[in-house]
Order: sequence, then C-alpha cells, then structure tokens
Amino acid sequence: MTAARRHVRSIDEVGRERIIKLLALTGHMHEINQRPVPKVPALRGRVVCNLFLEDSTRTRLSFDTAAKRLGADTVAFTGSGSSLSKGESLRDTVETLAAMRLDAIVVRHRSAGAPWQIAQWCEAAIVNAGDGRHAHPTQALLDAYTIGRRTGRGADLSGLRVAIVGDIVNSRVARSTTAIASMLGAEVTHVGPSTLLDPRLDVQRCTDLDQIIGDVDVLYMLRMQNERMDAAPVPPGGEYTRRFGLTPERAANIRTDALLMHPGPINHGTEMTVDPSTMPQSAITDQVSYGVAVRMAVLFDLLGTGEMEEES
Amino acid sequence: MTDAGCGAVVDDIVITGGTLVDQSGSRRGDVRIRDGRIVEVAESLTVGDERVIDAAGLLVTPGFVDLHTHLREPGMPEAETIESGSRAAALGGYTAVVAMPNTDPTQDSVEVVEWVAARGRAAGWCDVYPSGSITIGRAGRELTPIADLAAVGVRLFTDDGSGVQDDAVMRRALEYAGDLDVRLAQHCEVATLTRGAVMHEGHCCSTLGLPGWPALAEELMVHRDIELVRLTGSSVHLLHLSTARSVELVREAKADGLAVTAEATPHHISLTDERLRGFDAVFKVNPPLRTMADIEAVRDGLIDGTIDAIATDHAPHPRHHKERPLEEAPPGMLGLETALGVARASLECSWEHLVGALSWRPAAIAGVADRHGRPFIAGEPANICVIDPDLQWRVDPAALASRSTNTPFIDIDLTGRVRHTVHDGRVVVADGSAVTR
Amino acid sequence: MTRHKQVLGPDDVRRAVTRMAHEIIERNRGLVDVVLVGLQSGGVWLAEQLASEIARIERPVPVGVVDVSMHRDDIGLRPVTPGAITDLPVDVTGACVVLVDDVLFTGRTVKAALDTITDYGRPRSVQLAVLVDRGHRELPIRPDFIGKNLPTSADETVEVSADGVVIAEGGGE
Repeated sequence: MTAARRHVRSIDEVGRERIIKLLALTGHMHEINQRPVPKVPALRGRVVCNLFLEDSTRTRLSFDTAAKRLGADTVAFTGSGSSLSKGESLRDTVETLAAMRLDAIVVRHRSAGAPWQIAQWCEAAIVNAGDGRHAHPTQALLDAYTIGRRTGRGADLSGLRVAIVGDIVNSRVARSTTAIASMLGAEVTHVGPSTLLDPRLDVQRCTDLDQIIGDVDVLYMLRMQNERMDAAPVPPGGEYTRRFGLTPERAANIRTDALLMHPGPINHGTEMTVDPSTMPQSAITDQVSYGVAVRMAVLFDLLGTGEMEEES
Repeated sequence: MTDAGCGAVVDDIVITGGTLVDQSGSRRGDVRIRDGRIVEVAESLTVGDERVIDAAGLLVTPGFVDLHTHLREPGMPEAETIESGSRAAALGGYTAVVAMPNTDPTQDSVEVVEWVAARGRAAGWCDVYPSGSITIGRAGRELTPIADLAAVGVRLFTDDGSGVQDDAVMRRALEYAGDLDVRLAQHCEVATLTRGAVMHEGHCCSTLGLPGWPALAEELMVHRDIELVRLTGSSVHLLHLSTARSVELVREAKADGLAVTAEATPHHISLTDERLRGFDAVFKVNPPLRTMADIEAVRDGLIDGTIDAIATDHAPHPRHHKERPLEEAPPGMLGLETALGVARASLECSWEHLVGALSWRPAAIAGVADRHGRPFIAGEPANICVIDPDLQWRVDPAALASRSTNTPFIDIDLTGRVRHTVHDGRVVVADGSAVTR
Repeated sequence: MTRHKQVLGPDDVRRAVTRMAHEIIERNRGLVDVVLVGLQSGGVWLAEQLASEIARIERPVPVGVVDVSMHRDDIGLRPVTPGAITDLPVDVTGACVVLVDDVLFTGRTVKAALDTITDYGRPRSVQLAVLVDRGHRELPIRPDFIGKNLPTSADETVEVSADGVVIAEGGGE
C-alpha cells in the first residue's frame, strides 16, 4: 500500500496521534543512546541530507548524530542566509540534491515556509529543522519529551502551567512549543513586553513575570533573538533583564518542583543572570541530551516504519 | 466570424448583433469602423465587403485602460517585454496601458519614456503610455523633469514599486505638478513599517511566522496624501488600495470635494491572505492580500464609486525568482489577461459600471480620455473590446501571452472573457487569440 | 476461513519449560555467568518462566530483555512497535547469554538479537532456547534447547502462550 509521503514540518501538520507515537519512540531511542554501542543499523542504506541554509551548528550536529546512530548515511549542504550562488533558485538547489536520491532532507532556512516549497520540488521526506520565525517541531518534541519525562506525565501534560518568556514574536521555538504543549493539554502563557508578544496567537498573555513566576510548572526562557529584531523592541541598557530576566531574586521564587527550560544557546546576562546548572529545577541539560533521541525518532518514523501489514 | 490574420493594415469592420455598453448605458447596436474610426452606429447596419465581427450574444465595449502595468522593459526582459506585455493586454481587452516607471533604467528621463513609447508603437498591440517617476531613480529625493516629460506626453507620474516616503518631497511634487496638466499617483506604503514584510499582518501571518505588512502602513500614507491634496489643491491618484480603512479615507476625501482618485486590483477583490498558507510565493504581492473584510470593503468602494478604477498591477516575475523563499521572492502577480474574468466574478454590479471601472474612468485618470474609453458615436477612435459576458473559464498559465506564469488565479472560476479587441481600427485579438501581423 | 488447531496444552508447555530448564542447567555446569535474555516481546514471559524453574531446581540467574526492532533486516517493510526496550541486568562481556524466544521460524529475529547483544559487549558464549521450532530457516541458525519441533507450512501462524500452542492457517493476519 502506498501511503501519502510524510513529513515533519510543523506540530499541527504532524498531529496529536503521531506526536504521541513519536514521544514513545523517543523513549526507545533514548535507551539505544545509553547502550555501550549507541548505534543500530535500522536505516542502513538510507541517505539523509542536512540542508542548512542558516547558521546552526548545534541542531545540524544533533540531526547528523541521529541519522548516523540509525545507520543512515548523511550528506550536508550548508550555507548562510540567501548565499545560494547568484541566479540559483532554491528549487535549482533542491533539484540538484534530489538527483542524489535522498530519502530525507532536513531543512533549516531563515525564511518561513522553505520546507513546504522544497517538498514540492523533490520526492524526499522533509524534516523542518527551523524555518524563519515559523516552526521548529523537533525542538518542540524534545521540549515535550523533557517535560513529560521529568514530571512523570509522559504525553499527558493536561493542567500543567507553562510560561514561555521573552521574544515570542520572533521565535519559532515559541510557536512550536506552544503548539505541542497546548496539544498535550498544558495551559500556555506568553510572557514579555507587548512589543515581543503576538496578540493574534491564541494563548494567554502576561506582561509581568513576577506576577506568575511562583505559580508555573514550567518556566521556559527564550533566547533574545537579537539577530531577528528589526526595530529595537526593548530599550537598551538592561531594562529587559530587569523586567523579564531570570535574576537570582526571581529564581528564588520558582517552585521547587517546577522545571526551568531554555532552547539554548543562552545569552548569559540577558535573559538569565543566574547559572541554571546550580538550580535543581533546571531541565536544560535534559533538553540537550534528548535532542538526538527525538531526531532519531523522527527520522525512524519517516524512513524506518513500513506500511505493510504485520506478518506472522 | 472574423477573418483571423487580417490585422496587417487598418481594417474596414462591422461589428454586428452585439449589445453596446458605454457611458450612456446598454443598447443593441451595430458599429461600422473605417480608417481607425467609428463611422456609423445604428441598430442594424447593412454589411458590404467589410470584415464582420459577429457579436450576437456578446457585449461591445470601449477598450479597457490599465492604469497599472509593469512591462519590465527596459531591464528585465526575461520577465516580460513591452511586446509580450502589450500583447497580454490586448488579449485582456485593453487598448491602452500605463507602463510603470520601475524599469532599469528608471522611466525618469525623456530618453527612456520615448524609448518605451516607441517600443509600444512598434509592437502595435495597444497604446503603451509610459508613466514617469516622481523622483529621479525613484530614490525619493529630487524631482524628475516633470514638465519636460509632460511635453512628450507623460500624464501620470508615480514612484510605484515604492511610495514617496519624504513628506516634504511629496508636498513639493504635488505643488509642482499642480501647475501642469499631469497627475501624481502614489504607491501607499510607509516603508519603515513594512521592512522585510511578506504578507498581511493578521492572524494568518502570526501562525505562519512570516513578517507582517500592517494595514496601517498603507493607511498612513493614504491619509498623508489626502491631507497634502487638501493643502496644495493638487490631485492625487492612489494606487492599488487594499484595506477597508483606506477605502473609508478616500470616501471621506471625496465627500470633502478633494481631487483624489483611487484604483483597486482584481486580486484585492478576490483573494485573501489565507492563500499564503501553502507558502507559495505566487501569492506574495505588494500591497499584500488582505482579509475577507478588506475584500468586501474594497468591493463596496468599487461599486459605490469611491474607488474609480480596476487596475491590474500586472507584475510578471520569472519562475526562478518566484521559486525563492518567501522572504526573498519578489512581490507581484500577473493580471492583464484575467482582470475582466476576476472582476466579473467578484463584483455584483451592472455591466455599465464594471466596464466604466475598466475603461472610461481609468482613461480619464490616465489623461488619455481623448482616445480611449470613448462612447459609440461616429467619429470616435475605434478602440473597442468584444466580451462574452457569461463564459466560465479557468486560466492555463502556460497559455498566457505573458513571458511569466505567476498568475494566482489558476484554481478560480472566472466569468466573462474577451473575444475580440480592436485597437485603432485594427483587429488585434480575434476569437480570443492574438492576431499576428 | 481461518482454522485453529491446538497442538500443545498448558500442561505440555509447563513440562517443556521444566525440561528445557534442566537442559540449560546441565549444559552450563554451576550456571556460572549465565544470563537469560528474552526477545521482545514473545520471549519475555518464557525467559521469566525458565528463570523461575531454574531457580526452583538450582539457583537464581539474572534475566534481561532485548528489543531487536532496530536491528531487523526488514525495517521499512513492516510496522514497528515503539517503546519496547532493551534491559540487560549484567555486563554481557564474558557472560553466557541464553537467548530465549517463543517461536523459531526464519532465524532473522535471532540474527538481529545476536547483532543487538554484540553492541553491548562480547559474551563468552551465546545459546538459544525456543519453545517451538517450526522450521523454514532462512539463515544458518540452530537452537540449543527446543521445547517442541512443530512441522508447519510457511503460511500458517503459530501462537504461543503459557496456555498452549495454537496453529492457525489461512494466511496469518
């Protein structure tokens, strides 16, 4: 049976049922990562292309490691911004890559929607590794997995209060993590100055971090995306940190059973003036360590699971 | 039926059996054309050895006038040439187009506008009226030689592609142009509010994470220019209005008796920002596709006359430019060959009103009402279009005359299609096909 | 129509397990370094039953489970059950690993289990215990301990539990 080609491009596209399956598969992959030889031949002979047209070392390494641990071969195409050679359209690039018979293309691009455009121009399964300000579904999956594992809730986050703090409007992490947390039942609040919030997103908003910091189950601090800011949305001179940064005084108000999360890399001194590694609530290293497992789960789900009926 | 292939010289033509639509309304009538002019109009004409256009069941209207065409030449012939663009115009029923100045080099000198006009005449599909830019190089600082350009026939001046940002420059331009028989036209967009913008700033844009183009960026400049007209006593034409508030501002200005005219595009009365959900850059346009509420307000504005004209903003782009990521792809969509069908499908109004918005009202704004949008009266220039009013059709991008294929209307049912176009007494489109000389 | 044929009853299974336990003890004198490893998912209950029999007869031995889904050679051809895990209670290097599964058929699952185990270390030896050997081997794999040899045709399915062994025919589901 031929199923429609599948992608992982946004949380909404993947949908709740498959999200839950991916989270379960992540647990399996995490176990593989604990083995003395953390490598299996599940995707042997498959070729995964990391098409990273925006600077990113961490996410690219994470996907590369994930593909290799599953036995897939990887090829990389990197460049920054619009630095495709003059006159060459994104389509030309993709068609060139497609000629290599790739099974999956992992795309990071500074422009929202690039993974959708690319899917029209090749046969490969597309994984969105971050497109502009739009979506970053594997980050959202690892965030949800981290919350589920640390709280013992698994894929049921119903009733958990999640506060996402910072540059919401420019953040694909905020969009995707909000989507997955809401999908799994959490109550999400966006926190920041109004210049960094988006009034059209369907979540609660709060402009006073101190008002809610003592109540939340998950405090998710975003990186201040200085590189995406068009006109300064906050005054210079540390006012953002004073209003919305995680200072030692604020850190003392976080519940002891709450989680502190951050997608990394941290702008120390801007969104955080505490060292999170000293805080028992910090789940930041868990997020990093589950990143590879989540990406293994996504690649295996796209390339490793068959559509045939189970045999005896 | 017309004898196709007869377009080499001025034809003697009789258009029979059609319904004539012009400023005085609709009526049955035959039209005899000789030496480029209408020579006889009557309920029934005897036919000699002239070529006959059988218009039974069809509408016969003045040729359309597009206030807003990007012909891309000089500068980007892989997107469009003056020949291909004006041929597309003829197929869309246009007998005149105003060529926008954002060419390379800019249409800011007598040399460039005369070159464009000459290429238009050589192509022969319709009258090509080059606009002039308001400022040199469309850079927004120094005025172009507006009087010199007016002397060689330029009637409409605009920096389209962008708006004149500097308030003082725009004020000076309006004052200077007020002495001359020309009109300034504005692309209303406050650039500081739209930096990097891809689509309408609204709910859809928020979920897609694409940089937003707020309605306010248009409305602020609409407001400014209306107030500058009030101050200077000059006139302004507002290009491609797209928001409900813009329409309201123009309605108020007209009520105050200000010399403000406005246009709207077929796509701004038919497509919403939701089209961007598939991330197809064909739907990226400037100003952007807006919400259903905006569409309805713009439709209302066209119907009640607040918005004077339908203009295409025909903006061809080669495939490889539209296949860039959304934030890098250039804005713009094709419009000339689909304008009638989209407008008819989108507006509930009389044919007289619709044809007026496509023909005689834009002809007046473009300053070409001596030759285009004329009533069916003996002695008038024969710039005429014959329409099948009820034909339902869909666009085949590959079949368009334009060199580009960036039409957003591929999955929309269009109503009404141009069958024949007569330009200067010559049949340039017969049975829906361009007639090669 | 699918027809079911009961070939072993609960008592038969219990007796077979007891006999296999004795054979494992006999082969591995003193049970030094022996670890039973059940293959996910059909071998897990059997490994536990064998372990309790061995404990009753001689002494307790460690029991683990191994999931071979990532080492299968038919990945992409059939659905994968997510979430099954590998859990080995001892370091397999130097151990005498007894792989335990309910049915031995083509041998591909056992081959995948051997590959998986090798990723954890270098066992001194690996043995194989199966409750039912139904033939149709596609790889050079031979069981060390067999509960029952059961001739089948390739399109039959064999269902095994503590309650017995059933053969279903008519192109298994």
